[in-house]
Amino acid sequence: MPFRNLPIRKRLLRVILVINGVVLTVACTAFFLYEYYNSRSNTLNKVSAIGQIIATNSTAALAFDNKDDATEILTALKAEPHVEMAVLFDERGTQFSLYGRDTTMLPLIPHPLPEGHRIKGSILELALPVMLNGHRLGTLYLRSNMGAMHQRFQLYATIVVVVMVLSFLLSLALVRWLTRSISDSILSLSKTAAVISQKHDYSVRAGKMGNDEMGGLTDAFNHMLDTIQTQNRTLRQFNRTLEQKVQQRTAELEYANKELESFTYSVSHDLRAPLRAIIGYTAILEEDYSDKLDDEGKRITSVIKNNTLKMGQLIDDLLAFSRMTRQEVNRETVDMCAVVQEVKDSLAGDYDYSRVDWQIVALPPAAANPGLIQQVWMNLIANALKYSSKKEKALIQIGGYQQEGKLVYFVKDNGVGFNQQYGHKLFKIFQRLHSMEEFEGTGVGLALVHKIVARHGGEVWAEAQENKGAAFYFSLPA
Amino acid sequence: MEQYKVDLLLVEDNPNDAELTIRHLKKNNMANNLFHVKDGEEALEFIFCTGKYAGKNELSQRPKIILLDIQMPKVNGIEVLQKIKDDPRTQSIPVVILTSSKEDPDIQKCYKLGANSYIVKPVNFERFAEAIRNLGFYWLLLNQPPANEL
Repeated sequence: MPFRNLPIRKRLLRVILVINGVVLTVACTAFFLYEYYNSRSNTLNKVSAIGQIIATNSTAALAFDNKDDATEILTALKAEPHVEMAVLFDERGTQFSLYGRDTTMLPLIPHPLPEGHRIKGSILELALPVMLNGHRLGTLYLRSNMGAMHQRFQLYATIVVVVMVLSFLLSLALVRWLTRSISDSILSLSKTAAVISQKHDYSVRAGKMGNDEMGGLTDAFNHMLDTIQTQNRTLRQFNRTLEQKVQQRTAELEYANKELESFTYSVSHDLRAPLRAIIGYTAILEEDYSDKLDDEGKRITSVIKNNTLKMGQLIDDLLAFSRMTRQEVNRETVDMCAVVQEVKDSLAGDYDYSRVDWQIVALPPAAANPGLIQQVWMNLIANALKYSSKKEKALIQIGGYQQEGKLVYFVKDNGVGFNQQYGHKLFKIFQRLHSMEEFEGTGVGLALVHKIVARHGGEVWAEAQENKGAAFYFSLPA
Repeated sequence: MEQYKVDLLLVEDNPNDAELTIRHLKKNNMANNLFHVKDGEEALEFIFCTGKYAGKNELSQRPKIILLDIQMPKVNGIEVLQKIKDDPRTQSIPVVILTSSKEDPDIQKCYKLGANSYIVKPVNFERFAEAIRNLGFYWLLLNQPPANEL
């Protein structure tokens, strides 16, 4: 596992232990090396001083060729157990006197002796000139064994290693104990965070360990949780209120819809009954009393009948319009060409098609309610026929195209058209731009077209010029 | 005791509608044995020989056809229809519903309850007369009622 993915406690521990180990090793090694070289040079100095004393003391023995004296002087070296051997050479280089146990080493002593000291392993060799008044009398050779010192240093090194290991273990324990206060607060925070993200429970709080930065962080974290909890509560409350409002509104709307339904039901029943009576009784007048009515009387009865029929038509249109508000729009793919053809055929009985020039281009299919979209075509085509009926030759163009993700359809005629400045009124219910004498109508047809198209998510618009024809467009989502 | 021989029972609360209907039936010679009741309650009393019609007619002398208006005060057409079709003695009598609007949501309900046909009373009474004529011709002259199961 890479270091940065380790738990923070382990990382902290490792960092401190590595630093600790490096520092301990460097310090101990430095002390050890210092001690080692110091004690080596002490030994050298000591051996040199002994050598100097022996050399100085040996001058008389050499000068007077007294070997017994020389041997006696050298034997004094017994007091220094580390001096293994001492040899005194005369000025010709011949062995003059010898101290030591190991005479087998003698042939190994080089001749003439290089002055100064040499260290080979644990052996220190020293060669000193024996001088008297500036005249060289001979050479003193000393051989000292530093094995004892090395043994001491081995022990010393062992102690250092043991101390290092012990202090390392001690620091490990200390670090573990001391870092707990840091890592515990971090762990507590991260545990809390894990609980929150798993259970989405914002009511838990992280435990605070102290007043340091971690304590501050814990406080900030808990404060953040407080805020989230408060916000959640507020949101829930808002939601509840909203739901209640929606339910209330829905209930109100449903009630209003029901009211409207029963209202239109009553309208359709109760408004028709008197109309039936008016027409029925006027018909009786016409049938049973025609001999008593003069021409004016007969004209008046026909006016009464016509107006009553118109009123009936108005009620029917109004009902169709209000029904549209409530009806659901179920869509399916509609073959617009077929629908237009059907509409055209069904209107053939009401208009003289011999004077109508039809130009119908291919219409793209649309997703719409077939019955409703047929009503749209019916109203638009009937309008085109109606308002071009006074032309000698009527031209009706029907087409459709796709534009900017919408399907646009149009019905154009060359009829009376209208003044564009009143165009916005066209699609409102009961709004008419022509008098009843010019063209019959209730002013519901285009309002119905508008409503149906709007329920499909589309738009309607018209372009026209007076006496030059009108074009009606409607769009549907593609 | 006075007995009714009724071919056609008209249940209609609106006197004008009733008068016009009867006039057109008369014109087509279909009102010979016509009886007119003015609301649903009276219709039930007549059909089931109760109330003021108790003992005045017999259930076996059922009308050949009932023209029934839906919208009536007290007991409406739907309730009358339900009672007629629920009772094995009367359920085979053809019932034609009269309504003011073809949008009437009650039409479906009437068919489910066993109505045999419906006529929309149009504003233009000439069309209504024609519808009545055709209907009366079918139900009164052509339709063979089932054998008397009583």
